[in-house]
Amino acid sequence: MLLEANHVGWRYDKGDWLFRNVDLTVRAGEVVGLTGPSGSGKTTLGRLLAGYMQPAEGTVSVQGRSPGGNAHDPVQMVFQHPERAVNPRWRLEKTVKEGFVPEPGLLEALGIRPAWLSRYPSELSGGELQRCCIARALGPETRFIVADEMTTMLDAVTQAQIWHAMLDIVRERQIGLLVISHDRPLVSRICDRSIPFGE
Amino acid sequence: MIRRHMLQAAGMNTGIPRWNGRIRTAISVSGAIALLAVIMLGSRLMGSEGLAVSLEERNMAPSPAHLFGTDWLGRDMLSRTVKGLALSIQVGLLGAACSTLIAAVMGLAAATLGRAADRCISWLIDVSLSVPHLVMLILIAFVCGGGMKGVAIGIMLTHWPSLARVVRAEALQLMSADFVLVSRKLGRSRMWIASRHLAPHIGPQLLVGFLMLFPHAVLHEAAITFLGLGMSPHQPAIGIILSESMRYLSTGMWWLAVFPGAGLLLAVWAFDRIGGHLRRLTDPGSVRL
Repeated sequence: MLLEANHVGWRYDKGDWLFRNVDLTVRAGEVVGLTGPSGSGKTTLGRLLAGYMQPAEGTVSVQGRSPGGNAHDPVQMVFQHPERAVNPRWRLEKTVKEGFVPEPGLLEALGIRPAWLSRYPSELSGGELQRCCIARALGPETRFIVADEMTTMLDAVTQAQIWHAMLDIVRERQIGLLVISHDRPLVSRICDRSIPFGE
Repeated sequence: MIRRHMLQAAGMNTGIPRWNGRIRTAISVSGAIALLAVIMLGSRLMGSEGLAVSLEERNMAPSPAHLFGTDWLGRDMLSRTVKGLALSIQVGLLGAACSTLIAAVMGLAAATLGRAADRCISWLIDVSLSVPHLVMLILIAFVCGGGMKGVAIGIMLTHWPSLARVVRAEALQLMSADFVLVSRKLGRSRMWIASRHLAPHIGPQLLVGFLMLFPHAVLHEAAITFLGLGMSPHQPAIGIILSESMRYLSTGMWWLAVFPGAGLLLAVWAFDRIGGHLRRLTDPGSVRL
């Protein structure tokens, strides 16, 4: 099972190329880091891989992605700002169960307390919301996760807790994980290999 | 929260009680609902004897027996005004509600059904907005054969575009929100997203839009009836009362136009106020200031 980018390039309309000819492969169960300075196109590449946008040139391929986009995608993305990735008018329970009904064990592993699920997003902290977003992304059909600056906004202790839980789950279920970050120490600590980008 | 505490600490010791927006909204909403109830109930309870012609009581100025006076046929102007307002409000409610429904469907369809649908609906909105309301309204009411049916259809077909544009803009903005994009990736369909994610967000817009449309609808109903293309002359619509009274104004019978006109103004103003208050309350930008 592979998530592959072949000669992928991106630019807005007819503007300058942000990047071209990018080749990248993530295998099942592999943790890959993608590092680079701000504005180098890390997030854009992540969105291309997750299917949120179509590349201006080249192709992104992954087994099991439906062409019409009406099925659960094998690649799920976790965003930097969890408060924007949840519907502010929904209780967290509805958000967490939007794709599938997670087992209590998964929620427990991610440190999600049952009491949070009956609250609205404005009543939870960023770290609590991000845990819920991660749980939502870990559906049974998920094969790859693109974590775009997933813990950049959080304090060191929360970061450590979330990454420990995440790595355990990813190893156990053989999910491929692409860690997009500008935090080199973090990437070198948790990733099997890292790809410098935009330098 | 902190800001509210600071405001309380800074400004609340002046001793002058200041009602906040929510309380003022509650007051204006209950006032307008009371007004509406009085008009509706009044028209039910009054019976039709006030509308009967009685030639002994012609052209009487306002008096305790006839608070709003009588007209050139001896009909009681108070019953005519209340019945006319009730009829106008019914037409207005019907027209505004259907307009709001059309606007919601059009706006959501433009935002969710892809680029081609968006082009078509935006074009339709632009075309409808470029023709003055009243001209379209007269044409449609004329084609439908006038009467209450013609006016109601005319109002519902002419008043939706501006609200549809608001709904479309709101829904388009939501469609690019992260939580909607994630929802698509979790395999949810466009219809599911439109009903679960988008509809709850545009609900307040629709409510405010409806309340802002209602006065428009009532005024346009009165205007088109005044011009002679709306209700038939035996129905005591406000527009008919006003247009008939024009002929008698020069003879000094001011009460024929002043009371019905003031009643129409009051009803319209009450609903306009509710709409304004609710818009300020539901607009997230101004709520958090």
